Amino acid sequence: MGKYLLRRILQMIPVVLGTTLLVYALVFALPGDPVKAMFGDKPVNEAVAAQIRAEYNLDKPFIVQYLLFLKNALSLDFGNTFAGQPVIDEISRAFPVTLKLALMAFCFEAIFGCVFGAIAGLKKGKWYDTVILIVSLLLISVPTFVTGFVGQYFLGVKAHIFPVTAGSDPGFFDLLMPAMVLGSVSMAYIIRLARSEISSNISQDYVRTARAKGMSNTAVTFRHVLRNSMIPVVTYLGQDLGALMGGAMITEQIFNIHGIGYLTYQSILKGEANLVVSVVTLLTLVFVICNLLVDMLYAALDPRIRYA
Amino acid sequence: MKKKALAAVAGICALGMMLGGCGSSGASNSSGDNIITAYNSEPQNSLIPGNTNETGGGKVGQLLFSNLVAFNSKGEAENEVADSITPNSDSTQYTIKLKDGWKFTDGTAVTAESFTKAWSYVANAKNAQKCSSFFSSIKGYDKLQDANSLKGTEQLEGLKVKDDKTFTVDLSAPDSVFPIKVGYLAFAPLPESFYKDTKAFGEKPVGNGPYKLDSWDHNKQIVLSKNADYKGSQKIANNGVTFKIYTSPDSAYADVQAGNLDVMDTVPSSNTKTFQSDPDVEAYNKAGSLIQTFTIPADLEHWKCDTEEGQLRRQALSMAINREQIVSKVLNGIGTVATDFTAPVIPGYSKDLKGSDNLKYNASKAKELWAKANAISQYDGKLTFSFNADGGAQPIYEAIVNSVNNTLGIQASVNAMPTFQEFRDAVSNRSIKGAFRTGWQPDYPSAENYLYQLYDTDAANGNGSNDGDYSNADVDKYLAQAAAATSDDKAIEYYHQAEEILLQQLPAIPLYYSNADGVAAKGVKNFAMDWQNQPIYEQMSK
Repeated sequence: MGKYLLRRILQMIPVVLGTTLLVYALVFALPGDPVKAMFGDKPVNEAVAAQIRAEYNLDKPFIVQYLLFLKNALSLDFGNTFAGQPVIDEISRAFPVTLKLALMAFCFEAIFGCVFGAIAGLKKGKWYDTVILIVSLLLISVPTFVTGFVGQYFLGVKAHIFPVTAGSDPGFFDLLMPAMVLGSVSMAYIIRLARSEISSNISQDYVRTARAKGMSNTAVTFRHVLRNSMIPVVTYLGQDLGALMGGAMITEQIFNIHGIGYLTYQSILKGEANLVVSVVTLLTLVFVICNLLVDMLYAALDPRIRYA
Repeated sequence: MKKKALAAVAGICALGMMLGGCGSSGASNSSGDNIITAYNSEPQNSLIPGNTNETGGGKVGQLLFSNLVAFNSKGEAENEVADSITPNSDSTQYTIKLKDGWKFTDGTAVTAESFTKAWSYVANAKNAQKCSSFFSSIKGYDKLQDANSLKGTEQLEGLKVKDDKTFTVDLSAPDSVFPIKVGYLAFAPLPESFYKDTKAFGEKPVGNGPYKLDSWDHNKQIVLSKNADYKGSQKIANNGVTFKIYTSPDSAYADVQAGNLDVMDTVPSSNTKTFQSDPDVEAYNKAGSLIQTFTIPADLEHWKCDTEEGQLRRQALSMAINREQIVSKVLNGIGTVATDFTAPVIPGYSKDLKGSDNLKYNASKAKELWAKANAISQYDGKLTFSFNADGGAQPIYEAIVNSVNNTLGIQASVNAMPTFQEFRDAVSNRSIKGAFRTGWQPDYPSAENYLYQLYDTDAANGNGSNDGDYSNADVDKYLAQAAAATSDDKAIEYYHQAEEILLQQLPAIPLYYSNADGVAAKGVKNFAMDWQNQPIYEQMSK
């Protein structure tokens, strides 16, 4: 187990390095000159532009720019944004907000997804199974920004139940509606995933055997059916935490949440390679670590899986 | 094993609850304190006036600093810190006297040096200030452009301090609008403390304006409070302005509807249709100073401004565009049909200049002129219209192309470029061989700021914003005469003459003026917008 963990952690190094190079190259390849864009429609003073280029190493060839970024990054200096703020400050402001939002959405989708999925799967064909199926289908087919705007207008502006926007330093209640909006689509997927897994497992031979041995209905359901059905759900959830963090951009825009998604979008528009690469690398790390956790959880869920 | 799994899930959930549970909402908006909350985006630069060239920082800077002159609601310049600005006979030298009693919020006095040192700092290329080209008309500017040989402290030789409250400005060419230009934010005075630590100053600027900065919490808010020492002409009706930073105008609009935000200076495109009838907000929508045009390079084959064929084609194209329809159907009425090259809020504006008929939709005349042009030289009319797709211009340009193609029977097409950055790059490299979107938001309310910056030969070939490289000796002559004029009326006469040539030759084709539009929450008093399409924050209260 320990060896396996070490190997997985060492594997992260090339993944992260590769990501930084790839993303840096992509930002570099973006058409347009970020320094000229700083002047907008106004005349560009070339003497000033040249100094700004030198300050951000934009006058150097791509590979030199990248190596300089990497060299500084190793000493935890991720450079400055074009506004003169340290990149690390920007990220440390935005990251906790998105993490909070993503974790809330994650808990929401995990809890409600599993519970409703289990109810629907165990009681297949009942009226509430049909209701759950229809609602989940609706959630999957409606895009997040529609759910977001509709929720914001009716529950926020009109009914005053939830805060309209989250604003700075959002608390639990401020993020509740955004988290539900963000997690709603994944929740619907989990409901359907759990339902189909459970309903197929419930008619398996080992379940019949367990019942034949005289195990109580509750024990069969929890120890055998639910536990075995959790493996695909956990896989999905593990992937999803990373996706929630990276994909929160639309929700962040609707509810005025100053998180990672918004920060990335803005810095792509401005061509700020340092910031984009730093954020994407961080998200890559989240993905990789989540994957590792999922793999560890498999062993807990299925005793046949062993790591060496 | 089961226990472990449960523990893991429980652990993750607990972590989530812990992170989620801390802190609670503090977004209250009590009306008792008379603080105006306003929409803003995060400033893209530190808050140094000479380095601020976008609205996020500009809005804040304008409340923090008072210049020599300030603009009233009609866009006219009135002396603010200046007691008098006196030109010599040909407008090449100005003597500026300051009023007594002006102070920065750190207690130091505003002196002649507060201006001259600040202007030299911005002009000096070593200091890499984005507004440095605003000082190019002052003598000695050219000597401060070789960054490698400068220390950053060299002064403009055209600025001479006479005494504590008097200085003179020598210009390299006559410029009658200089007393208006100095109202632009980049010409703000700076206190001595600025030069000690410019970086710290950019985070917490010290000014002499109607408000002072209390705190700037990045990406969250910028808190300004009323400056009790302010000596200027603005009446301040509230105790402070707090700019809230939003991720999108849509979320801000929802907050205005709910009464959590007092004012915003823009209307998100999803609400342009409804905001004027929205019972939850107070709407403002009047013609503004921003003019939207498209430019066809002056020397493009078949479109040359100095040939009869080119002029006929440009006029035909202009008359083939149904501006009224575009403004009402595509813009939902948040624009005003253009009738000249400046804007209705600019002193001297006239909608009946000779040649303004060329900007009116006239299908039969358009066909006739196009046929005449084809008689001179046959042309297939495959013109492309380029624009940046990230600014919402797509439906407008599609409407233009439809209108043109239907009227003239040609095959013009749109060319959407993904980002503003890419688009501006192509424009400044002159790589677009067709029409391209141009728009102009003036820096100070004067026809000069539109006409000279956009159509004078001096501003062509990359030296300014004349992106079509238009050059006409008569336009240059009239603009030079206007610059040397001794009275405003005389100057306006010359501007009109220059504009009449432009209306004939159409180096750019005016489309519409973007309206100054915005919304305020119910209960906010005196909500109005100025010539810069900005709310007049000082006069608002609740």
